[in-house]
Amino acid sequence: MTSHDNSIGVGAAELMAALRQLAGIDEISQDEFFVYLQVDVSRLVSVMRSLLNDWGMNYLANLSAVDYDSEFEVVYHLYAIPDNGKKIAVKVRVPHQQAQVPSLVTVFPTADWQEREAFDLMGISFSGHPNLVRILLPDDFSGHPLRKDFRKEA
Amino acid sequence: MLKTDPYTINIGPQHPSAHGGLRAETIMDGEDVQDVIVHLGYVHRSVEKIAESRTYAQFVPYASRLDYLASHLPTLGYVQAVEKLLGITVPERAEYIRVIVAELSRIASHLIFAGSLAIDLGATTGMIYCYRDRERIMDMFEMSSGQRLIASYMRIGGVSHDFPDSFYPAVKSFLGDLPKMISEYHGLLSGNEILQARCKGVGVLSADDAIAYGITGPNLRASGVAYDIRREDPYGIYDRFEFNVPTGHCGDSWDRYTVRIEEIEQSGRIIEQALRDMPAGDYLGKVPRIIKPPAGREVYHRIESAKGELGYHIVSNGTDKPHRVHVRAPSFVNMMALPLVSRGGKLQDIITNIATLDPVLGESDR
Repeated sequence: MTSHDNSIGVGAAELMAALRQLAGIDEISQDEFFVYLQVDVSRLVSVMRSLLNDWGMNYLANLSAVDYDSEFEVVYHLYAIPDNGKKIAVKVRVPHQQAQVPSLVTVFPTADWQEREAFDLMGISFSGHPNLVRILLPDDFSGHPLRKDFRKEA
Repeated sequence: MLKTDPYTINIGPQHPSAHGGLRAETIMDGEDVQDVIVHLGYVHRSVEKIAESRTYAQFVPYASRLDYLASHLPTLGYVQAVEKLLGITVPERAEYIRVIVAELSRIASHLIFAGSLAIDLGATTGMIYCYRDRERIMDMFEMSSGQRLIASYMRIGGVSHDFPDSFYPAVKSFLGDLPKMISEYHGLLSGNEILQARCKGVGVLSADDAIAYGITGPNLRASGVAYDIRREDPYGIYDRFEFNVPTGHCGDSWDRYTVRIEEIEQSGRIIEQALRDMPAGDYLGKVPRIIKPPAGREVYHRIESAKGELGYHIVSNGTDKPHRVHVRAPSFVNMMALPLVSRGGKLQDIITNIATLDPVLGESDR
């Protein structure tokens, strides 16, 4: 029997201890795969910038948005190329009424389309994004279908 | 001096080299490409929303329709993500079966790549040879799963069937013929002066840009970055196999072509090792009849698909259906490189660039 043995492994405790020094982290936790940093939305850009510049996390692999009851959570999964064994997931939470997150396009250019997708399907507005328009759905579509309160008509 | 206004030419979505519903709005200044605006979504089927109303096991066929040219890879990524979420393990034999079909899928996808690049550049003969050999892989998939193109072979906990006896001679004769096939491609395609002229120095993507824009897979490796998730962050049993990670020199279309042809050889090596080491035993482990991961768990699992990093971000809510499934599609992110590599080139280079960036629109549009 085998398991999917790509856990964060040794050094996770040291990584967590060191990350605690990073300014702007509200909460830090880990499971066997990732170190999770809960970050206040106002400090997102500075945290991401220091993860890129000081921690070598130069690869924003994934950006996804999750709809919880009254809040949206945007999750950023970061790795390094070449791999340095660190796997960091940064999370921000914003209320439904004010679904606005600063754009990371200036830090990670790859955020461009992934933020457009989160805007298109989840309706999260990324402030400072150079071209925040729909990417998958037609321009005249109304609503954001991945929201839990979106009603399907058909 | 003669002055011209920029004008727009639409490539796609109905265009033979649009690879199935990609629209590239091209702003031209005379003969030079000023900018390319990529329009996606023509194949959007709201797969992520559908996932929220299906049970975990029911989503597997939807996953196979993401990258339909290598359907074992997106289904593998999905079931492994759910297995991580549940914390369950997979029988040894199932792991080996998965590796064999996944690498066959990669070969099939790269053969489509080489064949469609050939036909996009006018070399019909090259396409026929690639598709002829891919057909043998499709036959093997039919033997193992009953489905040729969009196989839902993966199960949470293993695979749906063991290989039938007829599978082994088929895969062994395919591997035996592989060196001959590759030398044929080199004769028909790599040695073709027109193909070389259309690819060399066209669509150069620097390593720094590739990393910054999150380009993954053969496109990243063609830019000289030896980053392969099978090697850097091995999933399943990929840490047991010996293989090289081919890289390119300057990141042009030619490198993207040669890297993929070399990857076909490496996949062949992995399959040979997997066939040699495959133990007897179960092909499907014991999993609960109703899959209900505990509430509030989340996982991001990534695999090296034929196109690049394919990731699944799954959040559970304690029911038998996921709260959220997000697919990080390599084709989607890789298409960000199209404007980058096409600016300043000629119109015909865009056709080469689309072909060598190798998007599959079922995956990028989801």
